[in-house]
Amino acid sequence: MEPILKARNLVKRYGKVTALDHCDFDLMPGEILAVIGDNGAGKSSLIKAVSGAVLPDEGEVFLEGRRVHFTSPIDARNEGIETVYQTLAMSPALSIADNMFMGREIRKPGFRGRWLRQLDRAEMERIARDKLSELGLMTIQNINQAVETLSGGQRQGVAVARAAAFGSKVIILDEPTAALGVKESRRVLELILDVKSRGIPIILISHNMPHVFEVADRIHVHRLGKRLCVIDPKDYTMSDAVAFMTGAKEPPAADIAA
Amino acid sequence: MSETSGESQDYEREVARRAEAVAEFEEPRRGLLGAVQHMLHVNPSLVPLIVLIASIIIFGILRGTTFFSPFALTLILQQVQIVGIVAAAQSLVILTAGIDLSVGAIMVMSSVVMGQFTFRYGIPVEVSVACGLLCGTLIGFINGWLVAKVKLPPFIVTLGMWQIVLATNFLYSANETIRSQEIEAEAPLLQFFGNTIAFGGARLTYGVIFMLALVFVLAYALKHTAWGRHVYAVGDDPEAAELSGVNVKRTLISVYMLAGLICAFAGWALIGRIGSVSPTSGQLANIESITAVVIGGISLFGGRGSIMGTLFGALIVGVFTLGLRLMGADAQWTYLLIGVLIIAAVGVDQWIRKVSV
Repeated sequence: MEPILKARNLVKRYGKVTALDHCDFDLMPGEILAVIGDNGAGKSSLIKAVSGAVLPDEGEVFLEGRRVHFTSPIDARNEGIETVYQTLAMSPALSIADNMFMGREIRKPGFRGRWLRQLDRAEMERIARDKLSELGLMTIQNINQAVETLSGGQRQGVAVARAAAFGSKVIILDEPTAALGVKESRRVLELILDVKSRGIPIILISHNMPHVFEVADRIHVHRLGKRLCVIDPKDYTMSDAVAFMTGAKEPPAADIAA
Repeated sequence: MSETSGESQDYEREVARRAEAVAEFEEPRRGLLGAVQHMLHVNPSLVPLIVLIASIIIFGILRGTTFFSPFALTLILQQVQIVGIVAAAQSLVILTAGIDLSVGAIMVMSSVVMGQFTFRYGIPVEVSVACGLLCGTLIGFINGWLVAKVKLPPFIVTLGMWQIVLATNFLYSANETIRSQEIEAEAPLLQFFGNTIAFGGARLTYGVIFMLALVFVLAYALKHTAWGRHVYAVGDDPEAAELSGVNVKRTLISVYMLAGLICAFAGWALIGRIGSVSPTSGQLANIESITAVVIGGISLFGGRGSIMGTLFGALIVGVFTLGLRLMGADAQWTYLLIGVLIIAAVGVDQWIRKVSV
């Protein structure tokens, strides 16, 4: 089967530090691929390279078998790749609806939208409200409240809802449950499975092994700037995975770069 | 659920029986002070509006109809028109967490281009005005390009540009003033913004009407268009804006270009106000515009505040200047009080920020 998102030989250097060292990456259609690795292993650089936030020095990225060249996150977004960054990428002083539609605002129909460029607030708020209720985030009382007034978990919920609402080909989640309470984490995991059931593949970066082993179809173990191995969570335990990513244990030869 | 994750996730089983009702909270009793603080947080431009109304009332009581007359009140508008227009440009730049020290220089340079093109080269005045507006936009573009693409700090870029443009202005104009009578006789279009509409004792110049219209158009654009939302997002957190799909560089360049264009319009209005084209006028416009913006409650850190506040800020300065002059006070009292206002404005800004929601 042809991977929907594929990267070959990615290299990214920051000065003398090599964050990505001839790294490969494959995401199959409809799967949940977890990416795990120690701090500084280059997970974030890998994700940024495939989502357009970082321009790799070398290497190629393919989407649906077609060579793509992302120079900004906007390029990746236009191709249907949505990313929830660890920093969440939200403007604190703006409202939830403004943030969800940042960069893809809906304008009013007719003269006011075309010539006065007026935004259709009511429509954007309605969609934002629907997406948040789908996620069970209705503890947010007012869709027009500024993002800075939300709790950490609520902010994360809004960011995930934004990606789920607009991602059409690939959704990338960087530590989506890190700031969440038990109930909200469960919601996000349910949402991940829900998105998968709609046929959209997901890349999940997480340090939370129980969450990774619960939802992932395959696990990409990242170590020292490259892909160490790809394992099936049904064949290994969490301690095996931790051992591979910390280098305590050699990966099984069969799974190397599988 | 797979074997491995089963035991460690038992605690989450309870979540299945979670409550789904929307959380409701009792509105906390805020007290009067708290209520005021909350209201100001929702509408930050209320602070300068209240100060403006209060100062008009106080001067009205102290000086009676000398101050509180249509003539005096519209005189204030005429006196603040130039600063008001420049401050509108300054507001846009400060909303993106930048600062533009070159606004005054761009204004004077544009007015000199309009005047010299007409009188030195004999170019038709309409074309000269267009060239002046283009000149302002171009300088704005260079500022924006240096800030957005070369990533130099706005303070440094515009500090340098201020000197460059001002020196160019003196070199190019050879420090010559074009006299008012000549302009009136040969190119009255240059004094277009000096035309007045009078009704009763009130006198409104076209420059004042332009300032008010400009503020309303910008307020609309900032609030109701995608571009306006992007300006706020870029000022708030440029990295977040970039990642969530805003073209940060294009937004920044557009803001500096628009600021340059507005300053050029201010240069045109300046000819209408003083009658002549003088390369030495408007030297304090940059500091005065920043003062209006700060008193108007726009945060120097970007992303917060409204352009209406800037208009109120400019008017507050105008009311104080005229009011104190009518009181016969030394002009230094005006500067002293404006200094107090600037610090108080920032103090109030910090106080209202402590309230969430």
